[in-house]
Amino acid sequence: MSAGGAFPVEVTRLQRLRDAGLAAVVALLLWQAVVWVTGVPPFILPGPWRVAESLLANAGLIAENAWVTIAEVMIGLLLGAALGAATALHLMMSPLARRLVLPIMVFSQAVPVFALAPILTLWFGYGMASKIAMALLIIYFPVVSTFYDGLRRTDPGLLDLARTMGAPPSRTLLFLRLPAALPAFGSGLRLAAVYAPIGAVIGEWVGASKGLGYLMLLANGRAKTDLMFASLFVLALFAVVLYAAVSAFTRRMTRWASETTDGT
Amino acid sequence: MAETPASAPGSALAPAPALRLSGDFRHAGRPLFSGLDLPVEAGRWTCLLGPSGVGKSTILRLFADLDTGGTFDGEISASDGARVAGRVAFMAQTDLLAPWLDVMGNVTLGSRLRGERVDRARARDLIARVGLADHVEKAPARLSGGMRQRVALARVLMEDRPIVLLDEPFAALDARTRAEMQDLAFDTLKDRTVLLVTHDPAEAVRLGHRIFILAETGLSEVEAPALEPVRPVEARETMDMQVRLFRALRGEPA
Repeated sequence: MSAGGAFPVEVTRLQRLRDAGLAAVVALLLWQAVVWVTGVPPFILPGPWRVAESLLANAGLIAENAWVTIAEVMIGLLLGAALGAATALHLMMSPLARRLVLPIMVFSQAVPVFALAPILTLWFGYGMASKIAMALLIIYFPVVSTFYDGLRRTDPGLLDLARTMGAPPSRTLLFLRLPAALPAFGSGLRLAAVYAPIGAVIGEWVGASKGLGYLMLLANGRAKTDLMFASLFVLALFAVVLYAAVSAFTRRMTRWASETTDGT
Repeated sequence: MAETPASAPGSALAPAPALRLSGDFRHAGRPLFSGLDLPVEAGRWTCLLGPSGVGKSTILRLFADLDTGGTFDGEISASDGARVAGRVAFMAQTDLLAPWLDVMGNVTLGSRLRGERVDRARARDLIARVGLADHVEKAPARLSGGMRQRVALARVLMEDRPIVLLDEPFAALDARTRAEMQDLAFDTLKDRTVLLVTHDPAEAVRLGHRIFILAETGLSEVEAPALEPVRPVEARETMDMQVRLFRALRGEPA
């Protein structure tokens, strides 16, 4: 915030990246060392070198399956965020919706979403639809609850001000409650970015003919543990990049929040 | 930079009415005040002085038709017979600026909330009037506390209401900034009916055409000095008055 603030921040970010890189190298070395010292067979635990080789050798196969998973996650994330935001706004506007929908939503959270995977596969088939539905279901509630919470917790002073200004409720919602709730919506989206890949992969485990989750199961069944690790690596990489991208997007959307408070 | 002729002339404004609030107020079954009768003079500054928790802010909220969390049994009236609520601009101790809007956005918030055309030229003049011409596009987080209250004042001026309710708007400012803000507010809110709630005797003495003290025992008026506000702090009668108000606040004989 201060005039000299930009430079030190840049340095710490570089430092953080360097530290993370260093930690990753150490972990990889340790992993390779464990494999060498214990002489564990590669179908139980392949070394990182072997995984890298498998990644290169099967690049086409992995990419083909990765695209399917990425598409499922992205579509699920977009639909879930849009439906979740719409639901939260609707809950805010309609007391009837609050009375009817809120209890159902809370109750539905008691049902483990994973347990629904077989049913979703039964209904939506082995293709992408059932995985998108799974990702959507798993992120829907966090998005609704964080956004709705944010919409409800507008500074009461601002709402008083809007009232003295003669603002109708719909405009107060649009111009005060909605922007004030964006930081909360942002933390909901970041949660969603973490959960969505989990949902898609679980869906693939239950029944699929494509996708990284499917590829992992397939590789596991054929004792190609190196391929399984390579798929897992790509999945983890995608999850991290997705989180970073959503994180950057939400912080951009609510830059003002980090100036006034620390943000979330 | 203070005197821009372009700023809205007072004549465009409907003549400010006198106000009166009389009645009882109960909160959670217990009376906060009863038999109260507070007159607010037309086009002048009325100061309501008192310790915390006696219902000063409640009185403001009743005038503004805001939620008070209690029940009011009585009458709120304006001398011209029209409703008070809806003709009121409000300024609180916290600046209540929307952190996602810049200075211009905050000053013009009222128009956007009502769905009216936004008069940016007029807003720009008023922002200049409160001395922030160079900060029109800054976010509130980049302004000092005093500057933020100036933005809140510009927002009040933009609303252009005949009645202005001030709820300790200068309480959180440092002494010098507070004095500057008092001068600026008094100057810019000329000819409006202003009700200022404060717990600072010095503030009441500086600004009040009429001064009331609200205590647990009820409402009483203290005769204001003959000098016209804004009264100089160092004048003899201002200082005497301040001592008397301070004593009265503590429940001692004046």
